[in-house]
Order: sequence, then structure tokens, then C-alpha cells
Amino acid sequence: MSETAETRAEDPAGTGAGKISVRDLTIRYGDKVALSGASFDVYENEIFGIIGPAGSGKTSFLRALNRMSDMTPNMVIEGDIAIDGRPVRSWRNVYALRRRIGVVFPLPVGLPMTIYDNVALSPRLRGIKSKAKLDEIVERCLSRAALWDEVKDRLGSLGSLLSGGQQQRLTIARALSQDPEILLLDEFSIAVDPVTTMRIEDVLKELRSEMTIVLVTNLVQQARRLADRTAFFLTGELVEVADTEDLFTGNSKDPRTRDYVEGRFG
Amino acid sequence: MSHSADRRDAAWWVDRAVQSLVFVGGISGILFIIGIFIFISKEGYGFIVSTLDFGEFFASPRWRPTSSHNPTYGALALIAGTASVTGLAMIVAVPFSLGAAIYIGEFATGKTREYLKVLVEMLAAIPSVVWGFIGLSIMNPLIIELFNVPVGLNVLNSGIILGLMAAPIMTTLAEDALKAVPDTYREAAEALGATRWQVIFRVVLPAAKNGLVAAILLGVGRGFGETMAVLMASGHSINLPTSPFDSVRALTATIAAELGETAAGSEHYQALFTLGIFLFIVTFVINLTADLVVRGVRKQRP
Ligand SMILES: Nc1ncnc2c1ncn2[C@@H]1O[C@H](COP(=O)(O)OP(=O)(O)O)[C@@H](O)[C@H]1O
Ligand SMILES: [Mg+2]
Repeated sequence: MSETAETRAEDPAGTGAGKISVRDLTIRYGDKVALSGASFDVYENEIFGIIGPAGSGKTSFLRALNRMSDMTPNMVIEGDIAIDGRPVRSWRNVYALRRRIGVVFPLPVGLPMTIYDNVALSPRLRGIKSKAKLDEIVERCLSRAALWDEVKDRLGSLGSLLSGGQQQRLTIARALSQDPEILLLDEFSIAVDPVTTMRIEDVLKELRSEMTIVLVTNLVQQARRLADRTAFFLTGELVEVADTEDLFTGNSKDPRTRDYVEGRFG
Repeated sequence: MSHSADRRDAAWWVDRAVQSLVFVGGISGILFIIGIFIFISKEGYGFIVSTLDFGEFFASPRWRPTSSHNPTYGALALIAGTASVTGLAMIVAVPFSLGAAIYIGEFATGKTREYLKVLVEMLAAIPSVVWGFIGLSIMNPLIIELFNVPVGLNVLNSGIILGLMAAPIMTTLAEDALKAVPDTYREAAEALGATRWQVIFRVVLPAAKNGLVAAILLGVGRGFGETMAVLMASGHSINLPTSPFDSVRALTATIAAELGETAAGSEHYQALFTLGIFLFIVTFVINLTADLVVRGVRKQRP
């Protein structure tokens, strides 16, 4: 992807904005507002945490970011989300946009094909046919998702038959097979045991040097462990964005953030 | 907890009664099928053991049960008639029904989708004699006109009619199979940057494969068993077809047309029941296969 090399430059548009810049973003479903007037930046090679109770608009933001919103008939998006200075809605080929963004869903989705095919799917969609090349991608992505050792002897068995924790790592391997610039994770640990959660967290810390990670999490402490900066969403409002350390050491600007972080509600 | 709570109360008795009713219902269905099989087997049994020549039955096209000096019972032409009509019907119905199912299941939304589903179900409810009538009065002159052939009642006519007849039910079944594929699969593939077609061909169709195969097999079973439309549109003459413009005669149509004119228990009567047994076995095997496929007994691991 030669295009990537150019667009990955620090500040191509000269706007001083981050890898992802969000301006006055409002998301509605019909009349119902899911997120209103949010503006913030996500910098390159950081883990950006998003916390907030259920129904705060976290998932809606992720769906707007990779334009999965196109599939939802009544979902209306106002304002701008730009990646490398280019608004995502300006992409005519939405599939090419999505290929730059890996997504991990709350519930693991092992597609009903072999483990190998799960990881090779995205490269094949991009037209890679060489067996050697595919083998290499599959091994590399499964290794980086900390799953290779457990499945290397049964790459031909169904991905949907793995345990929940293994399927979630398979999903991460599949997202990595896209060579994404941005990785979105939506409450990935909801259906995963604590040991696997820790392993995935270690994986994410290593990936940070290569990509920008947006981590939506229902576990406040997970944001504390992983995120460089964290945003707090509350029923459609972006309450504040701050260095994670500040949020957790009582230096938040908004008292609601402190209450949430300290477990007084949500 | 007091022991007086352990009483057979009204809810307990109702539960018992419903269980028994459901059991009787289920069992009687099975008994009916076994009963029917025993009946047709009994009627054909004498003929099968004493008169029937299996070689002749499967290899000879001469079905002459009414010949006074030397009746012959070769079913080959009838089997070929049924097979050719069903084969052509599937060539018509498979692309139609899969295409319609993909459109309804994956592309149509909201009202369009609901209307289309109702329409397809209405098409499925058209009685077969009406389809036969269409074959006789519309397709027949059309084929004569278009292809410049003397008769329009042939494999082509009855194959198309049967295909159109089987397509709606196959569409409904195929659409059910597509609907059974969880949306999370589609979303996961879309998030990887797959286009609509890539999602359908790489993920949805493979995931729905068993259900789709079953839908096609049930369509084949339907074609094998259909009588009236085929009787009316096929020309009903004994032939080993060599082109779609040959008239043929189907197994089912033969039974329907001849059974009323035979004396109960006669050789001809028993021969017709033998055709019935053969049909029963073939449809049974097709439906059983479809059922096994749906359950994924033949789960393939690529
Ligand atoms: N497809 C949809 N149609 C209508 N409302 C929706 C839809 N998806 C989400 N919402 C609403 O938008 C709000 C934000 O939802 P969501 O982004 O899923 O929040 P979160 O991920 O923080 O739990 C909620 O009130 C939810 O009910
Ligand atoms: Mg959510």
C-alpha cells in the first residue's frame, strides 16, 4: 500500500490534528441522539480508551468511524471524523477505508470456516493468492494474537468451534491480517476469561508501536492499565478527555468522571 | 418446606394430558406413513415376487400393460420421462430460487422484502392443475410458434412449468437458510472490507450451504412427485426423450391415468402399485438425504 506510506506521515493536512480527529460529531438514530457534539483527537500510536456506561454512544462512535453506519438505515451522522486529515465520509470506496481499520467486536465471531481461512480471508479479498504468502500471514497474525501455539496443529478445523477466549484472539488475528493502521476494540473482554483478557492486553501493548488503537471498554481498570489517554462518554455526551493517569488520580475536571471512575455509578 | 406442597395439582394433570396428546399426535403421523407403505407394498407384492422381471422393469422402455397376448412392464421410458422433466425443472428453478432468495434475504429491506415474501408464498399456493392449464393453453402454442415444432407438450413445456412450480417453495426454504446465518458473520466480514458480493459469496452462502442443498433436494422431491401439471404439459406419450421437444410420460402421470381403468388385484393394477413403491422409495431417499444434509451429518471440513 504505497498510499499508506504517504498518508501515515505525522501531520499530512497541516492541521495539527491527530491520526483521528473528531469535530462536532453528532450521531442520531432517527430522533434519538446517541452522541452529541463531540470533538477530540486520537494520536498516532497511542491506545485511546473510551469508557462510559451502557448506552453512552461508544459503539455508535466506532460504527461511524469505519462507516459501518452506512448499513444502518436510520443512523444519521453530522460533523466530521477524519483519518489523517481526510473525512471518512469522503471515501467513495468505503471497502478500501474499512480495510485500513481492524475491528474486534464484543462477542467473539469465529466465522464458520477453518481457522486458517478465518485469518486468510482478508488477504484473499485483497487478491493475495500465493500459498506461501498466505501461510506466512496466517502464522504471523496468529502468533501476534498469542494463539499460534494453541492452534498450529489444527489450522484446518472450524474457527467457530474454538473456545470463546480463543475465538476472540482469532478475531484479533483476523483484524491484524488486514495490516490495519487503526485497531478498534469494542468491549473485547465481555465474553473472555480473565487469563485470556490479560494475554490480549499484553498483545495490545505490543501492537501500540505499530498502530493506533481505540479501546472501548466496560472495565474502568482496563482503561487504566492500557490507555494513554481516556475519554469518558455519558449518555451521548463527551464529558472529558484526559491523560489516563490524571483521570485515575483524582485530577479529572468533571466530578461525574471521578464518580464513575471510582465506581459510584454505572 | 412442608410435605403438603407435594401434591398433584391441576397444572400437573394438565401437563400430563398435554404430553399424552402430543405423543398420540406424533405417533399417529408415523403410523400413517408406515400404514401407507404397507398398503402400497401389499398391493404390489404379488406382482413383484411372481411376475416382475427387474431387468425388464429398469432396462426396457416398453410399458404395454394392456397388451392382450404379451403385456410388458418396462418402466425405463417412464423413469426417463420423470427424470428429464425434473432435471429441466431444476435447471430452471435453482437459479431462479437462489437468486430470489439472495435478493429477498440480503438486499431487499423493509416493505419490499415483506411484499416479496408474501408474493412468493402466494405463488407457492397456486394449485398444480392451474400450472398444468398454463402449460396446456399458454406454453403449448408458444412453444409451437417459437420453435416451429408440431407439438408443444413435451419435456421443455413440463420442465419449465414444473420449475416455476417448485421455485417458490425452494425460494422460501433457501431464504430461511440465509436468514439462519447470524448477522454477526456479515458484520465481521464487512468490517474486513468485504464488498456486498464478497460477503455473500465468501461467508453467507458457505455458511448456509447445508440449508441451500436441502432446499434444492426438496425441490427435486417435489418434481418427482408432481402429477397433474406434468400429466397435462408433458404430452403423456411413452418415449425415451432425446431432445427437449420430445413428449414424455411421467411415473406419477402413468399411475394417475391408468389406475382407474384397471381391475383391482389384476396384474396391471399391481404393476402400477410397483411404480408407486418405486416412487415412494425414491422420494423417501431424497427427503431423507435433505434431512441429513440439514442436520449437517455430512459436515464437510475443507
Ligand atoms: N440501531 C440502532 N437504532 C436505534 N437506536 C440505537 C441503535 N443502536 C444504538 N442505539 C441507541 O443509541 C444509544 C447509544 O448506543 P451505543 O452506541 O450502542 O452505546 P454503548 O456502546 O455506549 O453502550 C443507545 O441509547 C442505544 O439505545
Ligand atoms: Mg456498545
